[in-house]
Amino acid sequence: MMISLTIDDRQIQVAGGTSLLKACLDSGIYIPHICFMEESDRSPASCRLCWVEIEGHSWPVTACTVTIDHPIAVKTDTPAVRHLQRSALQLLLSVHRVECKKCPANRQCVLQNIARFLEVGLKPGRLQRRLKEPDVDGSHPYLDHYPNRCVLCGKCIRVCRNHDNRTALTFAGRGFHTVIRSFGRFDSDTVACDSCRACVEICPVGALVIREA
Amino acid sequence: MNNGTLRQRYQKLKAEADRRRKASEEAPGAKIRIGMATCGIAAGALETKAAFEKEIAARGIQAQVQTVGCNGHCYAEPCVVIDHPDSGFPPILYPEVSPGKATMLAKLFLQGFDPRLEHILGATVENDMIPAVADFPRFHLEKRVITQKCGKIDPEDIYAYIAEGGYAALTDCLQQRPEEIIAEIKAAGLRGRGGAGYPTGNKWELARGAAGSEKFVICNADEGDPGAYMDRTLLESNPHQVIEGLIICAYSVGAAKCLIYVRSEYPLAVRIIRTALGQASDAGILGESVLGSDFAVEVEVFEGSGAFVCGEETALIRSIEGHRGMPKHRPPYPALAGLWGCPTVINNVKTLATIPPIVTNGADWFRQIGTQNSPGTAVFSVVGNVTHPGLVEIPMGTTLRSLIFDVCGGIPGKKAFKAVQIGGPSGGCLSEAFLDTPIDFDSLTKAGAMMGSGGLVIMDEENCLVDVSRYFLEFTQKESCGKCTFCRIGTHHLLEILGRLTTGDGSMEDLDLLQGLSEDIKAGSLCGLGKTAPNPVLTSLRYFAEDYRAHAQEKRCPGLTCRALMTYYIDLAKCAVGCEACVGVCPVEAIFTTSNRKKGIDQEKCVKCGECRVVCPPEYDAVEKVSPPGLAPLVERPAEPRKQN
Repeated sequence: MMISLTIDDRQIQVAGGTSLLKACLDSGIYIPHICFMEESDRSPASCRLCWVEIEGHSWPVTACTVTIDHPIAVKTDTPAVRHLQRSALQLLLSVHRVECKKCPANRQCVLQNIARFLEVGLKPGRLQRRLKEPDVDGSHPYLDHYPNRCVLCGKCIRVCRNHDNRTALTFAGRGFHTVIRSFGRFDSDTVACDSCRACVEICPVGALVIREA
Repeated sequence: MNNGTLRQRYQKLKAEADRRRKASEEAPGAKIRIGMATCGIAAGALETKAAFEKEIAARGIQAQVQTVGCNGHCYAEPCVVIDHPDSGFPPILYPEVSPGKATMLAKLFLQGFDPRLEHILGATVENDMIPAVADFPRFHLEKRVITQKCGKIDPEDIYAYIAEGGYAALTDCLQQRPEEIIAEIKAAGLRGRGGAGYPTGNKWELARGAAGSEKFVICNADEGDPGAYMDRTLLESNPHQVIEGLIICAYSVGAAKCLIYVRSEYPLAVRIIRTALGQASDAGILGESVLGSDFAVEVEVFEGSGAFVCGEETALIRSIEGHRGMPKHRPPYPALAGLWGCPTVINNVKTLATIPPIVTNGADWFRQIGTQNSPGTAVFSVVGNVTHPGLVEIPMGTTLRSLIFDVCGGIPGKKAFKAVQIGGPSGGCLSEAFLDTPIDFDSLTKAGAMMGSGGLVIMDEENCLVDVSRYFLEFTQKESCGKCTFCRIGTHHLLEILGRLTTGDGSMEDLDLLQGLSEDIKAGSLCGLGKTAPNPVLTSLRYFAEDYRAHAQEKRCPGLTCRALMTYYIDLAKCAVGCEACVGVCPVEAIFTTSNRKKGIDQEKCVKCGECRVVCPPEYDAVEKVSPPGLAPLVERPAEPRKQN
């Protein structure tokens, strides 16, 4: 069943059951987002960037968690929406090593794109920058992980299927010290990480790279 | 189902329970009931019990030592009730019974019939000889619904619970249609005791109506707020009331499987629950045919592994499913899609324990207690600067003032009340202006705090609200699961800023930043932990703005708590010549003798532990605290230590 939505000044028709974020993106309406993946059925809603205001709601909601089942009117560019998006971006930048020239994601980086879209610099505002130690985690046989680039969107975990068809990546640690880590056995027979590269390709910030031989 | 069979099965259990109780009551000699929940044991109840047993054996006294749960009077632990009919006295409650006191009581009371009135708290029943504890405010202002049997019965004996009328409510329920029970719970207006206060009946109805043949009920006993121990005490003192509520819930929503999610840091509670479940199975209350009916239910214990966030229901479910305990976005709510995707009711321990009394006494009875929108009682673990800390159960609508000053005896040591932190790390700090706020879900939320699961910390004037906020943020940021941006990174920054303020490195701009960041975290976080984590900061910024301003602008701590901003000094006008009390306790040898043979503190060496202030005899009371440290008068250490001899 097609449902009619009002997004800002536009009317769009979307199939019922899709998420509001996907509906907007499919219609060419950009909403900042990092952790959302089209293929997965339930968005983790962890990056907290895809804020929109829905008529009848008093506070912004994340577009990825809204399932469309009736017509709604949505605003993607209100002061409250932009405020929360900028705040989330500043928080991510406060734990990000901004050395774009040295980073493989330069010019395709999601943080650069969102900052440009929100018309802010790659700066954490009034927050102090807090980086993790060490800068590079080289415990994986083929991959280097850069925790100070990582935004913990978890996409790499969701695409990794190389370990007997199960993910070999996970979140480790807690709270502020959460990082992406690999686990399990890495025999050359069972792990084909060097040929797969799904995690490297999906990483939106260049935090996972194939280690140079 | 045959209702006659059901009643017969219950009557048989009740008859056995009554027989056992009668046998115990009619046994000759005294009965000594010792509170043996974790709190009692921590206060030395094991040693007290051993002392009683030893003395009874040595003297050949006829007496039984029985273990019961906790009666909530933490300030008086270990608590002992001695029922000694031969002495002619009613059962007497003795507070703070050390092994020495136990030995003395065995000799003088059990054998000598002298109850040693100077050691008693009161009689547990009305009588003409001894004042009854029921006349004390602590007892008569309380209204015990959930904790009514706690401290009276042996938690490890199912028959003790049945003798008190236990499992009669379940028997009633099994003769009704589930819809009728849900209607009764809805009519009672019971709201979830886990914190948010969602109407329990509605939750059950939602799960009952949800599609799917397999459903679950989970008892959330993952209590983790600092200073809160309501659920632990309840499970250790009367597990069957919770289990009975759990089975009634399972029957009402159509679930065949229940889980009790209890933290593994509660080993005694875990053991007592397992014992209780085993006894319930043996008695035919759990299993293929509950009390002979065609309703089947099993209950399993799941031990949580120490993550505070797993008290959040979606994270709790993830953790049972074997994943990292990270919350998910709601909706869908667990009542519709919970454990393994099946409809799941998750209720707090206290919510479930409230069910049997409601079924037994009816919705109207329950509605008479408490307020219009928050019927029933609230259980709090009251801690902090209060004369009678402990577990209290009061009717909703009682004011904070009545709870703190009447029920719990007010602030000790002639100090002034400063703040009450209600609702744990998700709650807020309220000032004196809020003392007349009634305790109910809506009034507390309006004030910026929340009911929470029942932690209540009372603070006197020597507490710093900036430091208290820092403490709670240290907790929440450590317990953040790390999933969402605002909670993971935001709470860490909040903690850093609060840390700066407590060391005198903060500025007025930091206060703006605190406010703004707190509001963003509250609005932007994924789950309840993040959404409520800034509450201690937001409420204290609002109600204790002066504390923050003093830290930021004057580098002064009005509560004289933040070590970097305060210091100790000895008032030479009060210090007594020749007294060496402070010298002995100072761990860093910072105290020296002045030229006029009084004492001074070497500020370079002092670590501000405050021990000197504790030991300084009250008749001198010479050790003073001051903030900022520059206000302390300079006392020079004599150039050369005076030679011995």
